[in-house]
Amino acid sequence: MSWRSALGRVEGHGSAKEGVSHWWVQRLTSVALIPLGCWFVIALLALPQLDYSTVAAWVRGGWTAPVLILFVIVGAWHSQLGVRVVVEDYVGDVGMKTLALALSSFAHIVLAAIGVFAVLRIALGSAA
Amino acid sequence: MSPPETSGAPPRGRPLSPHMSIYRMSRYSLLSSISNRFAGLLLSLGLLLLLYWLISLAEGARAYAGAHAVLSSLPLKVIYALLALAFAYHLAAGVRHLVWDTGHGLSRQQSQRSARWVFAIALLIAAVLIWWALFSGAGAQ
Repeated sequence: MSWRSALGRVEGHGSAKEGVSHWWVQRLTSVALIPLGCWFVIALLALPQLDYSTVAAWVRGGWTAPVLILFVIVGAWHSQLGVRVVVEDYVGDVGMKTLALALSSFAHIVLAAIGVFAVLRIALGSAA
Repeated sequence: MSPPETSGAPPRGRPLSPHMSIYRMSRYSLLSSISNRFAGLLLSLGLLLLLYWLISLAEGARAYAGAHAVLSSLPLKVIYALLALAFAYHLAAGVRHLVWDTGHGLSRQQSQRSARWVFAIALLIAAVLIWWALFSGAGAQ
């Protein structure tokens, strides 16, 4: 614990000017996820069955694939921002914190990429 | 001496952060805040299930049949109920946050009232979703 004042510690460093960006993107993604999340949950529950042909037909039909891709991307993005806040608040050790943030970012980007690829593969019908 | 009971926001003028060293969260705001984080984390884990489901679907009918057996097992159904609750709560609490961001509902009384509303609405939405999943549509099988 340092006895320097908070002002003394930050003086001269300037702000990173990125704080607002995190806040703003978290809001944008949360607003987008209201319709996207509700759509996904309702569409899933409205499916008559969850067997392969029904679900594949649903993903291939209409506008499902692009909206599903949006849901995966925005969901992963929002999740990354949220997990980041939790890690920043509860992981004290700087090294562990950096590691956790890096792993979380990698994991979310990989998840989004795989998710988009999977939806495209289903929708474009390259799978048997 | 108990800490002063302010929301941290001045009635007018520029918003101020609460003085963290003397700020005491009320039980309601503490509970609603930690629940929202927990719900969000649960939904992040739900993302993994969504990915598993989509990947197996992309792999074709045989892979999907295997994943379907896992995904429709009883422990997973319990997890879906928890995810429904987390989704409903995160949705309601998220809307509450968006309202706060416009500068409304920040007073102590208002935020305690909205915390209770959020719990009630979340329970209602979750109950409807779980009911729907249990008694009609795909989840009934």
